Amino acid sequence: MRIVIAEDLFLLRDGLIRMLGAHGFEVAAAVDTGAGLLEAVDEHQPAAAVVDVRLPPTFTDEGLRAALEARRRVPGLPVLVLSQYVEPIYARELLADGTGGVGYLLKDRVFDSAQFAEALRRVADGGTAMDPEVISRLLARNAGDNDLRGLSPREREVLGLMAEGRSNAAIAQRMVITERAVAKHTSSIFSKFGLQPSDDDNRRVLAVLAYLGR
Amino acid sequence: MTGTARDSANLVAPREPRSWIGVRLVGSVRGLALIGVALAEAGLILALVSEVSLSVFVYPVLLIPPTLLAVRRLANVTRRLAGQWCGVRIPQPYRQYREPDPEAGAWCRFRQACGQLITEPATWRDLLWMTADPLLIWVLALLPFAVIGWGLEGVLMPAIWSPIVHAGGTYWYAFIPVNNEGTALLCLPLGLVFIALGVWITPLCLRWYGQAAYSMLSPSKEAALEQKVAQLSESRAEVVDTGAAEIRRIERDLHDGAQARLVAMGMTLSAAEQLLDQNPAAARALLLEARDASAKALTELRDLVRGIHPPVLADRGIGEAVRALAIDSPLRIRVTNELTGRPPAPVESATYFAVCELLANVSKHADARQVWIDLRYERGLLRVDVGDDGQGGADPSGGSGLRGIERRLSAFDGILAISSPPGGPTVATLELPCELSSPKTSSF
Repeated sequence: MRIVIAEDLFLLRDGLIRMLGAHGFEVAAAVDTGAGLLEAVDEHQPAAAVVDVRLPPTFTDEGLRAALEARRRVPGLPVLVLSQYVEPIYARELLADGTGGVGYLLKDRVFDSAQFAEALRRVADGGTAMDPEVISRLLARNAGDNDLRGLSPREREVLGLMAEGRSNAAIAQRMVITERAVAKHTSSIFSKFGLQPSDDDNRRVLAVLAYLGR
Repeated sequence: MTGTARDSANLVAPREPRSWIGVRLVGSVRGLALIGVALAEAGLILALVSEVSLSVFVYPVLLIPPTLLAVRRLANVTRRLAGQWCGVRIPQPYRQYREPDPEAGAWCRFRQACGQLITEPATWRDLLWMTADPLLIWVLALLPFAVIGWGLEGVLMPAIWSPIVHAGGTYWYAFIPVNNEGTALLCLPLGLVFIALGVWITPLCLRWYGQAAYSMLSPSKEAALEQKVAQLSESRAEVVDTGAAEIRRIERDLHDGAQARLVAMGMTLSAAEQLLDQNPAAARALLLEARDASAKALTELRDLVRGIHPPVLADRGIGEAVRALAIDSPLRIRVTNELTGRPPAPVESATYFAVCELLANVSKHADARQVWIDLRYERGLLRVDVGDDGQGGADPSGGSGLRGIERRLSAFDGILAISSPPGGPTVATLELPCELSSPKTSSF
């Protein structure tokens, strides 16, 4: 799978190239600016882009804006945005077009390379990968809502994992329960939230995120 | 009283009647109400004169300081009315007044109070104003009311002329000799003209009155400078203190948090290194532990940075940072951002933390369902309203949080005003003078 990386810190860029290479990704280009990312996307037509939020020259949210611009130019281009901190407002911007294929993770998540590679693969397949911290903040914000209080602890756990972007199979594996049990929990959550149930993992995740971020 | 708290009294716009005619009619009634002020002023002057002239009996002199303080309060009422009714904002000119020591004897307290009041130039200006003000009120404030009343008489003339004429013969209404129904009817249009005239001059008279009050009651240039200097040294001291305290907190957080974790991490790694050959399984466990410690250190550093300068604020400026706060908050918050550029970074930061504090107050005390935040820039002022539909009754003078906000803002000459009637809604308004820089142009 061909990807491009935009990261200005040499050590991290190098580490990412090595790690993703080890997990079977082919790094077509590694750049260090937002403008460079746009060029690399044009040139290499990658399956996904891994982008740091803070890039030169402004060292603000240059990377995020470049990622959004890249998705405007190549609709549906999967991007995984990395950051030293996560902000729900940025997650909302990434999710705004409602097509999925976005990830937003803390840089710490690269510590667990297998999980990170799995998240990138999920994003490249059109899924989502939201950092657990984004999700816990979204859940904390909605904690007072009656809908959320109506969930059982088990359902809440499923909701959290689903919002991170995981498939039913992955949730089942993670919680050590059967996939059927997960499906039961998700349909219960959807009916409590008054959402349209869907068999498509990806659409389900987006619906839940939209619900929590409303 | 500090400058911050003082200015805020006039900040929130008074509730004004909306319609054109309503404004003017209310205006003329206000003129009438000012007569109350005139009577009080005359009474105070009279009291003061009697106290001074009776000073041969010594004891009446003790009444002078309370009378002077009453003069001050009445002048403040006039200042407030000038702001609310005449649209002329008059700041208070006084230096800080320290209450005399209640433990001390009567004469000692008298000396302390008189010393402050008599050396205060504003006291003398107040007194001068109060001798002239009653006359001014009679002329400027009552004039429109009298003209309107006269007009009403003309309008009513067709109905009331006959008893008047029968009792006293020809009655002159302005230049019209009223002696029969025809001439009485002529008074009607003239009366309408008078009413229109009265209605027209009402706001003018009130504004003139406000300007006259401003010329006497506002701080003289010298007093304004003196106030400014006092305020600046106070806020400078506070800024220095806050800055030092903040640096100490950061140092402590780093020392107890990230630094300690890095030390532990180094120790774990060296233990893992020693175990690597003999016991790879244990070494692996230690390596995992070190990884977790590094993640925790990162989390702590992140929280620390968020407390110093929140990332969204640095990236996008105050408008988006407030929006991010709203998205992150359990409260339902509507944000309206009308800013077209960015204020300087220190102003943004002070505003941001003030809004954080206000939102924390709302979620703690207000029991609000809807919160709104408006950001605007008008006439050189960044203005932020934080309103909620909660139970109201917030006390602007109480609460160390609000004091903290005022302190933070005062370093930028900013002010905080709170309107919170019991039953709500509560609106807190921040105003900070600043320049906006043009928005950053995106490179994409």
